[in-house]
Amino acid sequence: MQAKQLSVFIENREGRLDEVLAVIKAANVNILSLSLADTSEYGLLRLIVSDPAAADAALKASGFSSMLTDVLVVRLMNKVGSLQAFLSDLAKTEINLEYMYGLTIEKEGKASLVIKASDLAKASEILLKAGAELLTAEDIAKL
Amino acid sequence: MIWSKNETLERSEIEKIQLERLQETVHRVYEKVPAYRKKMDDAGVKPEDIKTLADLAKLPFTTKEDLRDNYPFGLFAVPKKDLVRVHASSGTTGKPTVVGYTRKDLETWTECVTRIAVMGGATPEDMAQICFGYGMFTGALGLHYGLENLGATIVPSSTGNSEKQIMFMKDFETTLLVATPSYALRLAEVANEMGVDIKKDLKVRIALVGSELLTEAMREEMHKVWGENCLVTSNYGMSELMGPGVSGECEYLNGMHINEDFFIPEIIDSKTGEVLPAGSKGELVVTCIYKEALPLIRYRTKDVTRLMYEKCKCGRTTCRMENLDGRTDDMLKIRGVNVFPGQIEEVLLHTDGIGPHYEIVVTREGHSDKLEIRVELLKATDDYKELKSIESAIKAKLRVVLGLDAKISLVSPNTIQRFEGKAKRIRDLRNKEGV
Ligand SMILES: [Zn+2]
Repeated sequence: MQAKQLSVFIENREGRLDEVLAVIKAANVNILSLSLADTSEYGLLRLIVSDPAAADAALKASGFSSMLTDVLVVRLMNKVGSLQAFLSDLAKTEINLEYMYGLTIEKEGKASLVIKASDLAKASEILLKAGAELLTAEDIAKL
Repeated sequence: MIWSKNETLERSEIEKIQLERLQETVHRVYEKVPAYRKKMDDAGVKPEDIKTLADLAKLPFTTKEDLRDNYPFGLFAVPKKDLVRVHASSGTTGKPTVVGYTRKDLETWTECVTRIAVMGGATPEDMAQICFGYGMFTGALGLHYGLENLGATIVPSSTGNSEKQIMFMKDFETTLLVATPSYALRLAEVANEMGVDIKKDLKVRIALVGSELLTEAMREEMHKVWGENCLVTSNYGMSELMGPGVSGECEYLNGMHINEDFFIPEIIDSKTGEVLPAGSKGELVVTCIYKEALPLIRYRTKDVTRLMYEKCKCGRTTCRMENLDGRTDDMLKIRGVNVFPGQIEEVLLHTDGIGPHYEIVVTREGHSDKLEIRVELLKATDDYKELKSIESAIKAKLRVVLGLDAKISLVSPNTIQRFEGKAKRIRDLRNKEGV
């Protein structure tokens, strides 16, 4: 039940983010979500895209350090406390949450969250048991 | 194979040749070069005072400034009509350094380079691709004549158009590559980009690299990309002395054998000018004892090395100079610490996750020098900690080697400039900021 995230290293230089986005666009790949964490010198760009493999290949061919990372994409119910309910189940375990960021908000008001955890298999098991809906690469491609 | 019997003489025989040739040269320059006559008169030394090789120390030095002051032909010992070729070095400041050759000088040069090529494993069967820039620079034509004299087939492809270089290399089955170490690495990158498998599709078995420092780390990097079985040797020379051909490494990679029947090496303290005892490290000074057009006396190379006189396993008896750490004028003084770029390169090439291309930037903030090193991140990652650990690994090693803190800037692959000739990896912006 895992999805693929694209991780790209970019040095902190004007226009670098633009270049990444242009390469992905030229590969005809749609960007669904993007998170840029950075320090003063460089950043890691994390993206959920419609075709991660194609975007990764295009970026590599353009000389970027990019890779595919396994993540979980959880679809949340439009209900107070639904995120907290899932996370508290995870918190009871040894699993370490490394980072999270939001994905698109859909028409019906459902929102999805990208989660990177130390043990993805276990995390997805727990989330599924708690009644979460996990999106696969195919689901994401259709968003 | 050893090309000349003069490479295996007993020490006493070498010294006999050296003394005869030195005395002849000193007499000749005193007669024919007014600038040398003046220098020697000022130093109170006459050609007759040179009775032993040790008397060489009585003669004044020649420096690059002397060549500039006498630009273009003032230090030449033959009339212009006797010259058959001139070359010039690319002076970074002011006038270039001009050097000239008589027909006999070209023969001598060819002989010297042939010996070096043979030391580096070249044979008449080799297909030798010369990826040095042709033109006023001595490197390309020097290697060209030397390898042609050996009987190798020359591919004078020069620099530039790297895709075509790789195509020739593949189609002609090039076995020997002549390039600067940095251009050799660049060519390997281009081959990979073209989908050429260097170890399967190419037949390069020898790399004669020069014109730029070959550190041991760079040699390892060369092996990584050109194959473990590729014999990578460095050779040494400079246009003022002749061009390439002064010395070169044999397959034992134990320093560079000097063509001592043509050049006398000395090691001096670069501050005091005193000749240092055998085995000491210091500035290399070279006297040309078999040149007609431009026989420089005690030329200060600014290169730092050590001389080794023990017989080499290859059978040659000629003195070897240790591979260079760097040139005194490439040395950076950062916060009072002497830094050779080679030391930084050594650290970078031994760090995982980054590529072999780098740039050193020195700036001044307030009254303090800042050292920044830019390297390409090769390893893709999704983990900040990994980026931090690469950074701190480089920092920690530099602190041990240099005793300095540096800022490490990781950049994307292929963003640091590539060079076809001598790489310019240092940007010292301190003076430009006018502090
Ligand atoms: Zn040897």
